Amino acid sequence: MSSHATTVHHSEAPKGWLRHYIFSLDHKIIGTQYILLGLSAVTIGMVLSVIMRIHLAWPNVHIWGFANGVVSPEDYLRVITMHGTLMVFFVLTTVPQSGFGNYFLPIQIGAPDMAFPTLNMLSFWLTFVSMLVLLSSAFVPGGSSISGWTAYAPLSAVGEIAGPGQGLGQTLWAVSIALFCGASLMSAINFLGTTIDLRAKGLSLMRMPLTVWGWFITASLALLAFGVLLAACILLLLDRLAMTSFFIPANLDVSGVLLKHAGGSPLLWQHLFWFFGHPEVYIAILPAMGIISHVLSTFSRKPVFGYKAMVYSLSAIGFLSFMVWGHHMFISGMNPYSALTFSILTLVIGVPSAIKTFNWLGTLWGARIQFTAAMLFAIGFVSLFVTGGLSGIFLAQPALDLYLHDTYYVIGHFHLIMGVAAIFAMFAATYYWFPKMFGHMMNETLGKIHFWMTFVGVYCIFMPMHYLGYAGDPRRYASIESVHYLFRLQPVYIFISIAAFVTAAAQLFFYFNFFWSIKRGKPAERNPWRATTLEWQVSTPVPHDNFAGHYPTVYRGPYEYSVPGAAEDFIPQDVAPEQVAKA
Amino acid sequence: MGSRKSCAGSSAPAVLLSIVILILVGSTLYFHIAKTWWFPAAITPVGSQIDQQFFVTFIATGIVFVLAQLTLAWMVFRYRDHGQKARFVRGNHMLEVVWTTATLVIFVALGVMAAHAWGEVHFGGPEPGALQVEVTGVQFVWNFRYPGADGKFGRINPKDIDASTGNPLGLDPNDPAGKDDIVTGDLYLPVGREIELMLRSQDVVHSFFVRELRVKQDTVPGLVIPVHFTVTKPGDYEITCNQLCGLGHYHMHAMLHVLSDTDFQQWEQKQEAQNAQAGQ
Repeated sequence: MSSHATTVHHSEAPKGWLRHYIFSLDHKIIGTQYILLGLSAVTIGMVLSVIMRIHLAWPNVHIWGFANGVVSPEDYLRVITMHGTLMVFFVLTTVPQSGFGNYFLPIQIGAPDMAFPTLNMLSFWLTFVSMLVLLSSAFVPGGSSISGWTAYAPLSAVGEIAGPGQGLGQTLWAVSIALFCGASLMSAINFLGTTIDLRAKGLSLMRMPLTVWGWFITASLALLAFGVLLAACILLLLDRLAMTSFFIPANLDVSGVLLKHAGGSPLLWQHLFWFFGHPEVYIAILPAMGIISHVLSTFSRKPVFGYKAMVYSLSAIGFLSFMVWGHHMFISGMNPYSALTFSILTLVIGVPSAIKTFNWLGTLWGARIQFTAAMLFAIGFVSLFVTGGLSGIFLAQPALDLYLHDTYYVIGHFHLIMGVAAIFAMFAATYYWFPKMFGHMMNETLGKIHFWMTFVGVYCIFMPMHYLGYAGDPRRYASIESVHYLFRLQPVYIFISIAAFVTAAAQLFFYFNFFWSIKRGKPAERNPWRATTLEWQVSTPVPHDNFAGHYPTVYRGPYEYSVPGAAEDFIPQDVAPEQVAKA
Repeated sequence: MGSRKSCAGSSAPAVLLSIVILILVGSTLYFHIAKTWWFPAAITPVGSQIDQQFFVTFIATGIVFVLAQLTLAWMVFRYRDHGQKARFVRGNHMLEVVWTTATLVIFVALGVMAAHAWGEVHFGGPEPGALQVEVTGVQFVWNFRYPGADGKFGRINPKDIDASTGNPLGLDPNDPAGKDDIVTGDLYLPVGREIELMLRSQDVVHSFFVRELRVKQDTVPGLVIPVHFTVTKPGDYEITCNQLCGLGHYHMHAMLHVLSDTDFQQWEQKQEAQNAQAGQ
């Protein structure tokens, strides 16, 4: 831990453009690459959701890019599958962890880079290839997969006989996800090694910023979860290409053809997928939780309330996240007794999540709140997290889930708690760290307009989806035309679609602000938010080896705001006690 | 750079944020109380139990929702920067213990209460003498099979599946028990009698859902999954598929007709007569 300053690579940046910006080993460049990759993925994902909303609200409207302008049922399923896959893997998994984590974890712990810079570069480029493979599936005969981001077997396993997109498109989906798993595993090892080995002198575990805790625990989850998904994808590919029968039982008659497969279990896919899939939810949200604690503390000018409780609850969530996957399978045909076990464990995992919420409120209590764009998104996150968390209490009870399962209620629930909440954390992180990353401030007014439209917009989109769920509206329906009880819900569809368009339009303020501010934003001071953690103590732009050879010593915990007796309302982690100015 | 530098000026964001959260709470309460879009009435005793559990959960989560959101709104307004000094507090052990215990008790209690309704459906078998109906999902229709007068389901042979010749389930023509089996595209059930549905699938995973029954169950190829219930109210209800099964998922739809006992017997006799005619 102490010798890294001299043993890890030297502080000169490589000269060539290709080595500097493309195949860079610098965690800051790689982090930025991940963020830009995520930004492309979220843009495509958002356009796809706008297409869904146009189609659902006004089924007869012609949409550019589809055959005859008509979104056919299989087109609709292609769109939802691509939307879900892009958003879950290439946005929610990638940006908070690999993007911001890559950029700021080494700086926040006083390290010159990640522990394995080459591995880091490989992780990114494998993720990039994985996304290319996924996107390319849209252009192959039969188009991309129609089986949803969950790819339930046997629909996903039996090939094009199961429908358009289930041929090469579905194969490419599985290849893409397998590659993504490989990249995530490499990245997880890197995060773990870096956090354990490269912390600055004095930076004990209980002095780490909660962001670092979030990334650290997320990396542990990723290490254990992605291996299982990788195995599942390989088995799926074998079923598809090598006539094995891991997920395909005997006597399947698909489209009038009796298949030769025998002996597999469709539920095996679900078990493997959700054994990854539930930790995945936390892979998306734990870094977000860290970021929110960090931002709330900074702009409350207060220490995080219950820092230790925050660390323990993060750990408890991580631990329990491997024991709750069955709550995705209450009605799957799984043994009904196991449903009760999964139900109680799921309710129990709600407890550390509630602890976090209480502590966020505790952080605001007695604060001096500064309403920056970053802070607004952090507060918005807390509100969304409460709303999305409480609907989880319904879904955790099998007797209630059996009504709500696979309805729009679930869509509303996971978008609020996992999708939008994590995206709010990404926005908070962007507004917060942008000055350090690019040396310029983002425009606060545009940031606030962006926040208000987005905050109101997402609630208008996702709250009504809960009501659709009460009415029993099934998800993944290309049209409501066959089900009479859905007809009266059409006005709700229209309302949601309008809200979605407004919310999508609000993102234009963000895009403009982001790209305009990179060059034209107000020049940023070294520490514009008057924050305590190490990333704000290094100069802007951050030197190639982060600390220009002067590695910091850490003297205190990460959130020393408004300490009585100090002259300033923040004490950086690396200021020696005798150098703290007295009031 | 003293503390004066921070944006103590405007209270607008605080006020606006509090108002938005108040509107969120108000509208959420309104739509749950007015029940603008809501569950249809349950038509099984277990359905009513489930609704009772829904009610308890609505109350518990509703209270937490309102309190948490209002606290957030109040904090945001109360502690907006108007030049005050932030309170230096690191946390409070007592509070951590209290809220951890309280949420644990509430959450687990809800889980234990809900276990009852779940067990009612899934742990016990049906009463003896229940009417058995086999439900088969196939892209993108539902097939329902009754055992007929002999009370026995005929053997299924996947090689005989041929929807075009009127044998969508693959009934083995050599099995006499299958001769009187009734196969329909809608589900007909008698009111007031225990029913056991045997759910299966011919191709991919589907999910059988009738809102009013409060029954949703995936149909999984390779498995036969039983569910049982008694319907208390005659009427026509819609059956939908709730697990993505391919491009026709949205129109995989059938009707459930719950008939009085005599109507059901008449319907059954008519079907049997038709079967006999077809068999000659």
